[in-house]
Amino acid sequence: MDTRTAHALIRFGLGRRGNEDLPTDPQAWLARQLDGPDPYLARPGPSTAEGLTALQEDRQEKDPDPAKRRQRVRDLLRAESATLIDHGLTTADGFRERLVWFWANHFTVSLRRGECAGAMSGYLREAIRPHVTGRFHDMLLAVMTHPAMIMYLDNQQSFGPDSVAGRKQKKGINENLARECLELHTVTPASGYTQADVTAFAEVISGWSIELNQSPPGFRFRPFGHQPGPKTVLGQTFPEGEQGGRQALAFLAAHPATLRNLATKLARHFVSDTPPRDVVAHVERVLHDTQGDLKAATLALIARPEAWQPLTKLRQPSDFVLAVLRALDLPTDKRPPDVGGIMTGLGQQMLFAPLPNGWPDTAADWSGPEAVMRRIDWVYGVTGRAPNMDAEQIADTTLGPLLSEGTKLAMHRAGSRRDALTLLLASPEFNRR
Amino acid sequence: MHASMRLSRRSALLGLTTAFTLGRASLALAAAATEQRFVVVLLRGALDGMAAVTPYGDPALAALRGALLLPEPGREGGLLDLGGFFGLHPSMPAMHAMYQAGEMLPVHAVAGPYRVRSHFEAQDYLEYGSDHALTSGWLNRVAALLPQARGGTETALSVGNAVPLLLRGRAPVGSWLPKSFARPDADLYSRLAALHHTDPVTGPAVAEGLKERGFTEATLMGPEPGNRYAFPALCLSAGKLLAAADGPRLAALEIGGWDTHAGQKNRIAGPLKQLDDGMASLKEGLGEAWSRTTVLALTEFGRTVRVNGTGGTDHGTGTVAFVLGGKVAGGRVLANWPGLGGSNLFENRDLQPTMDARSLAKGLLARQFNLDPHAQVMVFPDSGQAMAAGGLMRG
Repeated sequence: MDTRTAHALIRFGLGRRGNEDLPTDPQAWLARQLDGPDPYLARPGPSTAEGLTALQEDRQEKDPDPAKRRQRVRDLLRAESATLIDHGLTTADGFRERLVWFWANHFTVSLRRGECAGAMSGYLREAIRPHVTGRFHDMLLAVMTHPAMIMYLDNQQSFGPDSVAGRKQKKGINENLARECLELHTVTPASGYTQADVTAFAEVISGWSIELNQSPPGFRFRPFGHQPGPKTVLGQTFPEGEQGGRQALAFLAAHPATLRNLATKLARHFVSDTPPRDVVAHVERVLHDTQGDLKAATLALIARPEAWQPLTKLRQPSDFVLAVLRALDLPTDKRPPDVGGIMTGLGQQMLFAPLPNGWPDTAADWSGPEAVMRRIDWVYGVTGRAPNMDAEQIADTTLGPLLSEGTKLAMHRAGSRRDALTLLLASPEFNRR
Repeated sequence: MHASMRLSRRSALLGLTTAFTLGRASLALAAAATEQRFVVVLLRGALDGMAAVTPYGDPALAALRGALLLPEPGREGGLLDLGGFFGLHPSMPAMHAMYQAGEMLPVHAVAGPYRVRSHFEAQDYLEYGSDHALTSGWLNRVAALLPQARGGTETALSVGNAVPLLLRGRAPVGSWLPKSFARPDADLYSRLAALHHTDPVTGPAVAEGLKERGFTEATLMGPEPGNRYAFPALCLSAGKLLAAADGPRLAALEIGGWDTHAGQKNRIAGPLKQLDDGMASLKEGLGEAWSRTTVLALTEFGRTVRVNGTGGTDHGTGTVAFVLGGKVAGGRVLANWPGLGGSNLFENRDLQPTMDARSLAKGLLARQFNLDPHAQVMVFPDSGQAMAAGGLMRG
């Protein structure tokens, strides 16, 4: 394995799985993963409508004994979580999956808001995955009209003060979704928006809500909750009605500050904690020239020489766990039974980001003493499942030329195969991407 | 296999579910229709036999070992005497008491048939019972030769993360995984810390993390506080399981921490203490069944006779093994001592082996399970040259 291949597998992918075939042209291999539909979508799982139906049925369970109530949402979510983990452990298209997690994190919906659980699977399947190689504007629209995001950031409780519902029931704006959309998903405070812009945008998307009692259950624009009249956001005026919100999202998606935000986050995630200015500028320009084509932006990113420099990023816990397990490639019955629990133990519970800004993306955020020690301890534990594996061979297949002399020597001097494997998988370079 | 279900009931009975904070120790067991018990303790990482059982009577010793030597028996912090020529490390008072009761037999200058100095290969060969790879471990072949227990698959089980090679093979062994994360021992932690030392991100984190957990640099060189009780706890559980009327009859225990390339004087005391505590716990757990139990503790190879540049010893050849049990002809050291002076060292660096580890094991199996020479060779293929050692057991 040459250095470029190792970089493609580790920096952009989920790590090599066992002895899986190596690409002959690493960059072309990455580019190919952007073609066609997301292979994950071939796996069965609940749609948004099915998830919301389950949520509705759970809420209608009348049995006074909680133990006897069916928990459809929980069961669906468990199954989907297992599918997500199995896909992460087995997919040959690791880059595609990394992009999914990048965008899901950009548009964080967290199960810390329990009511989002019903729509969660559908959110990833319908709002995120189809648009990872499509246009940013389409993803933004899909996210902002998705019940999971609407519930997560309370927009079903946002009413224009002058709307029918606002006047009758003395209800007002909940600006949560509007504020996070401006601050995190699109233009960021760098664009200089004011509180007036936040309020106006919240009024623009007032009435964007959900309906569980329609068939199929899902997004619904409620005119009686919508603030009447035109509104001005960042100097741009949008008409009353659902159409006004759609226009506002198109405007925000194309805003230069949004493109700068996306380019910076992509470069920080895939290149360096301190994103090189030239890379950001280049990706930003491609986003501008292609009207927000995320496939074009991704191709531009992997074509940059800076993206092939030595690995400096720290693998996040979930990425680290998948990489270790892919390296060991244990038979199904030897795999740790609760991979999600391991991620939780290492500080990154799947689908449970603490806040709407998602999981942080720099080494400093993940390199606390206890966090690093837990990785080491877990690695030691999991190598017990493979005590006779040849660490040198696994180093060869997974790190190749990236293995340091220090680690090589430490493995060579280790007191047992298990220790050697622990030293390899807990080494500084195995923690990098 | 229903081993996991079976164990969950059993483990509740024995308090296993709470007792395990497995460090480097592990345990595996197999069943047989016999009242005789046989336990193999693998000392993984190459025990320095010269430190565990020191030939303080050898005139060449002091010149070779100066820095690592402990005071002679009778002095403060000195060796525990084993008959006037050898002394037991002072971290092993329980095994010394067994020696005095005639139930512990150190066997010195032991080595397997291989002369590789790689831990990995040597440990594999030690477990295969051969100088090349086989499809099963030698203790599993013993299990296969014994009359099968009724419902044998249900009483065979392994505690720890995986079944060691020693007990893998045709005879069924179940496995069960403890829930808690195992933790590396101090030695492996210190190697990991050294590996991360120069890393700008993970280096400070590991250093600080170890400090926060109470591992100062000094304790990294000494005994390990975190896992001190892991091996003894496993031994106690193993003893209780083996003692049970319908329990298993063969056990493989392992304990690491022996790879003392640096700072050996401090570092070896911890593992020796654990081994000592473990053997006492095993005896306690076995209770009355101790009288029908034989324990063989052995390591993959010994260490250099001379001290290296970092106060430790490097991979060697001959070393010590321990035989314990109710019927053992103990209270003496069994050794055809090769001597350390002149040209007696193997390749001018290691203790010259004079006892084949297979002869030792065959001698024990012959008495414990009445295995005849034909059966012994099934356990240790191509071992015709290594005749079963005699005089290991009383009566």
